[in-house]
Amino acid sequence: MRYIPYLFAGTLFGFTLVKSEAASWYRIMEMFYFQSFHMYGILMSAIVTGVIAVQIMKRFAGRASLEGTPMEIPAKEKGRYKFVLGGLIFGLGWGIIGLCPGPIFALVGMGSVGALVALAGALHGTWLYGVLRNHLPD
Amino acid sequence: MDTFFRCLHAPWPWYVAGPIIGLMVPLMIWIGNRSFGISSNLRHLCAISQPPSIRVEFFKYNWREHNWSLIFALGAVLGGFLAGVVFANPDPVQISAAFIGLLDNWGVHLGQGFLPPELFGLSWHGIVIMFAGGVLVGFGTRYASGCTSGHAITGLSTLQLQSLQAVFGIFAGGLIAAHFITPYLFR
Repeated sequence: MRYIPYLFAGTLFGFTLVKSEAASWYRIMEMFYFQSFHMYGILMSAIVTGVIAVQIMKRFAGRASLEGTPMEIPAKEKGRYKFVLGGLIFGLGWGIIGLCPGPIFALVGMGSVGALVALAGALHGTWLYGVLRNHLPD
Repeated sequence: MDTFFRCLHAPWPWYVAGPIIGLMVPLMIWIGNRSFGISSNLRHLCAISQPPSIRVEFFKYNWREHNWSLIFALGAVLGGFLAGVVFANPDPVQISAAFIGLLDNWGVHLGQGFLPPELFGLSWHGIVIMFAGGVLVGFGTRYASGCTSGHAITGLSTLQLQSLQAVFGIFAGGLIAAHFITPYLFR
């Protein structure tokens, strides 16, 4: 039962990715060719909303969440090169298949075989990273 | 009620979708002090399926502590089913006329669905490209510790420099691939 809110949040996320067409290869290519404001509008309005919401949330830091754990603003781990390099590798894949991990999951729900193949590839890529990670610059 | 259902079938404009996605950040903090992101589930799925004979250190952890995240991903699958099957939009993606012309030059035609059949139909050509692209996505997101949701949305919303670096890398990679690789995959 305690997982119901996560299921709801995930459903809203997947639904929105499909309804906004952000899960579409066509929209992602259109974005990388600067042919429409649509994807930039989604990303920028999401970030602006997020920034404002997080600033408001900060006033409630330390208070209990629904699950009872105290709320705090998440922090990312440290690293020097991994964010740019990892992002670059991810971006190369994104610019080809037009799907990032969220849309991969949403398209699997739509019954897309192409997305299932992409998911299989992504799992192998993740596993490959797990094997090689000690040899990569941090 | 009629208008309500029409809105469920029709595509949503950016100013509706963007704020909903942005609100995922405070929503996940409010639910259970979680950081909004989805790509870590790829790691959890590896941890679940890793055979006992080849135990890679990176996947040796108690994935059950991340059940909430896996449930969130399951929700994304369910959301995709609802939006793409139950409340499906019968029309093709509303991309700009200029871009349709560009795709014509590539030999790609705008059909129904989210992926062009010329590239991602069930041919060996399509399967190899989709798998290889997926490998880059899976490898890169774990190396960068996040994808579009974890870095571009959560990371930038919480004003983190690492996420700005990641977004820079993601966009550079995407531009390189979209301009110098993808057009040649259709030939």
